[in-house]
Amino acid sequence: MTHSTVQPTPASATPEGGHLLELRDLHVEFRTNEGVARVINGVSYHLDAGETLAVLGESGSGKSVTAQAIMGILDTPPAVIRSGQILYQGQDLLTRSEEQRRQVRGKEIAMIFQDALSALNPVFPVGWQIGETLRQRSGMSRGDARRRAIELMDLVKIPGAAKRIGDYPHQFSGGMRQRVMIAMALALDPKVLIADEPTTALDVTVQAQIMDLLADLRRDLNMAMILITHDLGVVAGVADRIAVMYAGRIIEHADVRSLYKAPAHPYTKGLLESIPRMDVRGQELSTIKGLPPNLMRIPSGCPFHPRCPYVQQVCVDVVPHDLVLGDGRTSACHFAQEVRDDSVR
Amino acid sequence: MFRYILRRLLQMVLAFFGTTLIVYALMFAGQGDPIQALAGERPVTEAQRAYLTEKYHLDATGVGGFFYRYFDYVKSLLQGDLGQSLTGRQIGDILQAAWPVTVKLALIALAVAIIFGVTAGVVAGIRRASIFDNSTLVLTLLVLGIPTIVLAPLAQYFLGVKWQLFPPTAGSEPTFYALLLPGIVLGSLSLATALRLTRTSVAENLRADYVRTARSKGLVKRRIVTVHVLRNSLIPVVTFLGVELGNLMSGAIITEGVFNIPGVGFNLFRGIRTEDGPLVVGIVSVLVVVYLVSNLVVDVLYAVLDPRIRYE
Repeated sequence: MTHSTVQPTPASATPEGGHLLELRDLHVEFRTNEGVARVINGVSYHLDAGETLAVLGESGSGKSVTAQAIMGILDTPPAVIRSGQILYQGQDLLTRSEEQRRQVRGKEIAMIFQDALSALNPVFPVGWQIGETLRQRSGMSRGDARRRAIELMDLVKIPGAAKRIGDYPHQFSGGMRQRVMIAMALALDPKVLIADEPTTALDVTVQAQIMDLLADLRRDLNMAMILITHDLGVVAGVADRIAVMYAGRIIEHADVRSLYKAPAHPYTKGLLESIPRMDVRGQELSTIKGLPPNLMRIPSGCPFHPRCPYVQQVCVDVVPHDLVLGDGRTSACHFAQEVRDDSVR
Repeated sequence: MFRYILRRLLQMVLAFFGTTLIVYALMFAGQGDPIQALAGERPVTEAQRAYLTEKYHLDATGVGGFFYRYFDYVKSLLQGDLGQSLTGRQIGDILQAAWPVTVKLALIALAVAIIFGVTAGVVAGIRRASIFDNSTLVLTLLVLGIPTIVLAPLAQYFLGVKWQLFPPTAGSEPTFYALLLPGIVLGSLSLATALRLTRTSVAENLRADYVRTARSKGLVKRRIVTVHVLRNSLIPVVTFLGVELGNLMSGAIITEGVFNIPGVGFNLFRGIRTEDGPLVVGIVSVLVVVYLVSNLVVDVLYAVLDPRIRYE
């Protein structure tokens, strides 16, 4: 057993000039009895080896659905992928057979979920669940899978891993359960880790520990990571770039530093302003007025216009295109320049 | 786990005394003259009356006397003596003859419920809203809607008498074949319930978060269903079937009556009809024990199947 825990991704894994993972104009809708919900409306983003992309958005913005589309674990029906491409190492996953996609899951792209208690099977010991991936996917023997499971639990810093391998999910604390989840996702040395709100169900102190762990693991194992969250605070220390989603679109895309410094979309600006600041006393908490749109009736033009302080007639009539602002920044706002200049802080 | 079983055993003791007391009270407390009831239409001589009064402690009257006789009864019960029925036969002997028949019938019924009910339930749960799912829904509602007292004679008439596929009645020493039709009739109710329960449970578990995790691990669909989903879905089903076996073992009064099967339910019904107090109390006491034991087995099984129960 010489499973090294550190397996750097060779640079050749990414074809010349391409990205490790790239979404092109993805459209997903949910067909239900009440009507068609257009959940993803032309999402494009990319991820390079070794980097962390944060996908930020409210619930219902389509960030988790995008991730599940990448994994190929959307429930179809009701979900239907209308159009678009999901390129992994230059090949479109959407044109692959289910069997080929299954090979990608876990081994190339792995995923961890929000609530580890329900995401783990309650009736099997955690060691068994981690080992299952190894036995089923790598053909490892029972004993080897067990030893490797202990190694993985050590790697995610679960104290007394060898003793706890036979414990059941409900016997762990929330933070430890999320670590089990992470260990399971790392079992096959994936190149991409998708973390879907990994800390939402946890206490604030534990949140920080898990985020640190994820950042360390990403660096040590040289993975690329997509971090899905609605919490701007979680993103700052970990991500390289941020994609902000609203009503199934990426409305702003920038590197972390410039986005925090000067958001170029009124929605992002509103999000940043709604974070309570410790250095200003007695300031009233600002909020974004209104509610996220009903995905069965997305507003015309810019979907954010009913809530936007910058709204003009053009916002109601014309869907804004991605405006390129330099440094790879884009913003889907008719007044992107103006908003950015307004919000330099 | 040990404490869990111990606690359940203590509860069983209480339940045993409680139920036997109630049954004993219902059967004997309101009785006018037990000696005359024992003798039936025949006159009772003074010597006989004195002997029986002495034997059954009938001289003690009121509530005190009732409890005196009740504890008398429990004492001999705990020694394995069920006493005599009014017809003079040992109740132990009656049960010894009746029980194997009822157990056979119960096992056939349970097998029917498991083989058809659980299997169809799993398929219906996986293929929700399919033709199969919808037709099983209609069929099970139909079965659940028809009381056994209607279903049993219907099955007997059509399958037994008219088309002669099965013997219409079982007789004193029933063969497996003779018990098959009553077993199916008896099992159809359990089958319908097991099917609905399994279907709901499987459908629910297929949507569970851990299934999404299993898929994201890249497991094949067959494994996800047969290992992850089934293991969780069958917890409530096994519980139901365990309790159901307890029910079936305690005899099916209607089914055994209709098909003339000399099982426990048949004898119990005869005891009630002929106001044979000792027989009824004797059978019910044993049924209580059977029921309690089967419930204990179910509870232990439940703890084995669901680790979340085990450590509480």
